[in-house]
Amino acid sequence: MTATSLPAAEPVLEVDDLRVELRTPRGPAHVVNGLSYTVGPGETVAVVGESGSGKSVSVLALLGLLPARVATVTGRAVLQGEDLLTMSSDRLRQVRGPGAGMVFQDPMTSLNPVLSIGKQLIEGIRAHSDVSKEVARRRAADLLGEVGLPDPERALDRYPHELSGGMRQRVVIAIALSNSPALLIADEATTALDVTVQAQIIDLVERLQADHGTGVIWITHDLGVVAGIADRVLVMYGGRCVEDGTVDDVLEHPAHPYTRGLLGSLPDLAQPLVDGRVPDLTTVPGLPPPPTDLPAGCVFWPRCPVRSDPRCETEQPPLAVLSPGSGGLEHRAATWCESGADR
Amino acid sequence: MTAVPTPGGTPAAPTPGSPIVTRPVRPRWRETLGLLARDPTAAIAAVVLLAIIVVAIFDTAFASQGPNEQDIANRLQSPSWSHPFGTDDLGRDILARVILGASVSLKVGFLSVGLALVVGTLVGLLAGFYGRWVDDVLMRIMDMLFAFPAVLLAIAILAIRGPGTSNTVIAIAVVYVPIFARVTRASVLGVREEVYVRASRSVGASDLRLLTRHVLPNAAPPIIVQTSISLAFAVLAEAALSFLGLGTQPPNPSWGLMLAEGNEFINRAWWLAFFPGIAIVVTVLCFNLLGDGLRDVLDPRQRTLMAGGGR
Amino acid sequence: MSDILVSARGLEVHFPVRSRGPARRGGGVLRAVDGVDLDIYRGETLGLVGESGCGKSTLGNALLRLVPPTAGTVTFDGTDLTTLGRKAMRDMRRRAGMVFQDPFASLDPRRTVAQTVSEPLEVHGLRSGRRERAARVGELLELVGLDPVVAGRYPHEFSGGQRQRVGIARALAGEPDFLVCDEAIASLDVSVQAQVLNLLRRLQRQLGLTLLFVSHDLSAIRHISDRIAVMYLGRIVEIGPASAVGSSPQMPYTQALLSAVPVPHPALERSRQRIVLRGDVPSPSAVPSGCRFRTRCPAAFEPCPDVVPALQPVGEAPGHLAACHLHGVVGTPVTEVPEGVTAHPPG
Repeated sequence: MTATSLPAAEPVLEVDDLRVELRTPRGPAHVVNGLSYTVGPGETVAVVGESGSGKSVSVLALLGLLPARVATVTGRAVLQGEDLLTMSSDRLRQVRGPGAGMVFQDPMTSLNPVLSIGKQLIEGIRAHSDVSKEVARRRAADLLGEVGLPDPERALDRYPHELSGGMRQRVVIAIALSNSPALLIADEATTALDVTVQAQIIDLVERLQADHGTGVIWITHDLGVVAGIADRVLVMYGGRCVEDGTVDDVLEHPAHPYTRGLLGSLPDLAQPLVDGRVPDLTTVPGLPPPPTDLPAGCVFWPRCPVRSDPRCETEQPPLAVLSPGSGGLEHRAATWCESGADR
Repeated sequence: MTAVPTPGGTPAAPTPGSPIVTRPVRPRWRETLGLLARDPTAAIAAVVLLAIIVVAIFDTAFASQGPNEQDIANRLQSPSWSHPFGTDDLGRDILARVILGASVSLKVGFLSVGLALVVGTLVGLLAGFYGRWVDDVLMRIMDMLFAFPAVLLAIAILAIRGPGTSNTVIAIAVVYVPIFARVTRASVLGVREEVYVRASRSVGASDLRLLTRHVLPNAAPPIIVQTSISLAFAVLAEAALSFLGLGTQPPNPSWGLMLAEGNEFINRAWWLAFFPGIAIVVTVLCFNLLGDGLRDVLDPRQRTLMAGGGR
Repeated sequence: MSDILVSARGLEVHFPVRSRGPARRGGGVLRAVDGVDLDIYRGETLGLVGESGCGKSTLGNALLRLVPPTAGTVTFDGTDLTTLGRKAMRDMRRRAGMVFQDPFASLDPRRTVAQTVSEPLEVHGLRSGRRERAARVGELLELVGLDPVVAGRYPHEFSGGQRQRVGIARALAGEPDFLVCDEAIASLDVSVQAQVLNLLRRLQRQLGLTLLFVSHDLSAIRHISDRIAVMYLGRIVEIGPASAVGSSPQMPYTQALLSAVPVPHPALERSRQRIVLRGDVPSPSAVPSGCRFRTRCPAAFEPCPDVVPALQPVGEAPGHLAACHLHGVVGTPVTEVPEGVTAHPPG
């Protein structure tokens, strides 16, 4: 996939300087602070970060899924030529199906427990295209077959609780894909699943993506999954992108101390044993800053083991290009640390 | 999640010789009161109730005339400076009687609900924690009590045991035992499955310890709320029973009894029934509002949110 | 003193399944743990890995009798736990601690950190007097990397990682020989997982603990364990030194599991042949006869439905065992099909 997906074609999604501020009892929380990226057709962009990094909020904001009462969203997010952030809520509802489908971590939150699988799929199909019930039902069955549900005709009449977690997630993917969206957003979609099921789901998404040319935003904390699925990686910390580039550049030559810390804290099955054991993990000490109280300088400064530049304490380093990268994708990192140094 | 400030995650070395605090930094009950103060409705209700209770305790200090002192010359006086709530058909001061009535009504309320609370909570705790046959036996008995209409059950008990204050307490308590048992049981069923109960068992805690240290404290919030709401109903029930002549006996005043006595003069002297009626409404309303406020405050998640002490 | 601290023989935990909903299943048994023989050596870390529903957590709990076994025995340092009286069992709990998965659920929200950590001390009368207990609580908190000044705080004031440290301190309070970590890092963030993994490794060495580390995360398991046991549908299907199981698994299920674990190396991920298993894990209330994995096994052949495979030595490493007929048909032939086992499951 990597080789074929050059960003030469018109991007499916173009996010520019996205900012999200939430009102909380403890004051304004700066959850997303200027995020810019593009997703090309057939491309998978992985957004990586730990809880509180703003990765989920950033996509909820794109689709207008944050309560307007507490959230202020600014910036631009152009999906197929239309800015999602200035769109009317009616138009946004229309876009959500055929424009962008979404898959969340817990399939039960996206499925209605009292409606059969078929009802939910058919409802989704008919909401966006004017077809008869019979046609919609046939398409629903086809979709379930496509996502690998055994006996799709009978599965239509079953209820969510009758399916296993993996099967439910397949149904959610089928619903998300029912209107052949240009963009699929998967928010920790395989986190709750077993690894063998995760492998099945990842296979499925890759296959569907190759068939339909869907752009995918894959939000996860699991760098292993990223290595397998992503073309491009965006590492988030404190609501900012601290590093981005191709998956090979970011995972094999991480430049930002946070990215390195994250990779170092991952037990690695491919790492050889020393005296029958693995050396201790290198950890990132401390906790991410609360979005209500971000540090004045670099967001990572309080936990940074390097702190090589005195400016770090008072100034946020900008995303700087480290190398032109492969396939025209620059490798960038928001750090003044010596770049290119190996872990 | 916040934020115990241990900079860099690696904790600072403890200051040598510094005593290790094992007691809460801020006692739970004080925190609860602090939070309650932020909920204006509940706070006002609590203050009003406190005032009523203080007045009821020092009843005689607040009235110029004894509550049973008759003054036939001044019978059925409308409210005035010397008799703010007026006088009744025997010339007794209504204010003094409402105040004394408060002590009777509240005494009956607190005693009956207290009794029901102790018995009902114990039944619910055992039924919920042990389940199986203990649950079946105890809760079937509760169901039997529950099957009777509340007032009918109370009337039946008073009919058997004869009218009077202490029998009223018992009658109302019997009505409320199954309610407390049910509330407690439902709450315990949830808490029983909590991981921290299993964790405590895993370090060797006995059933008694589990029940008293973990299950009951965590199951308590709905019981506390129920207590507040039941107090409201108990005051009403006492009034109803006294109104029917089964509760407090004349010449002692209770709000329900005063309501009954004022009933015949309602067209000529509205104040006879009006002031005890207002007293009942205000007390019942305050107990209910306090119950609602406590419901919010006692929820630990809510607590964190309101205190702004976490995310 | 023998080398084996904890030992299970023929351990079974079956739960009655009540029929729920419209008549799909009748009453039956859910075979969560179904005949496990396991020895845990003094001072080792044994990793118990498997997917959800395989019974690994139930096994961990059953070894401490937190879930009553329905058959078989558990021996702890020579004492049969299954026949122990209630009081004796409670006393025994001092010697075996447990760390739970969800640090947000495993601490009583109404008790301070100090009250939680000192509970084992109070229960077992280990330190007399409030001051001595407080001092011990301080020691324990320092041991797990927390500042003792936090003792008076409530759990909601802590992050997940800090709560998990409190949970570990509680488990260690009675100076146990044996510690069961039941998915102890599953609900933590990656960087915090690493902190807790390192902590557990340090404590294990420092205190000479015997550790049973139950997890679905094979990477973490391999990182922390001396030996790995793989569970599938209530049985141990492969067990051996971490290096052997981690690099040359001998049973098709372990191979599939290992190949499905993503590694953070893009080039490796692209070149790697992933074994994608068909279908779902069968329900533990209708396990396949013979080898339980045969319905999803890419290498299943004739003896699989008819002979229950026994663990047999495989590979080159000593102590590497697998229950698989590919290494020679060893096991008990299926003669009759008991309740909860299906001879020919659908599909």
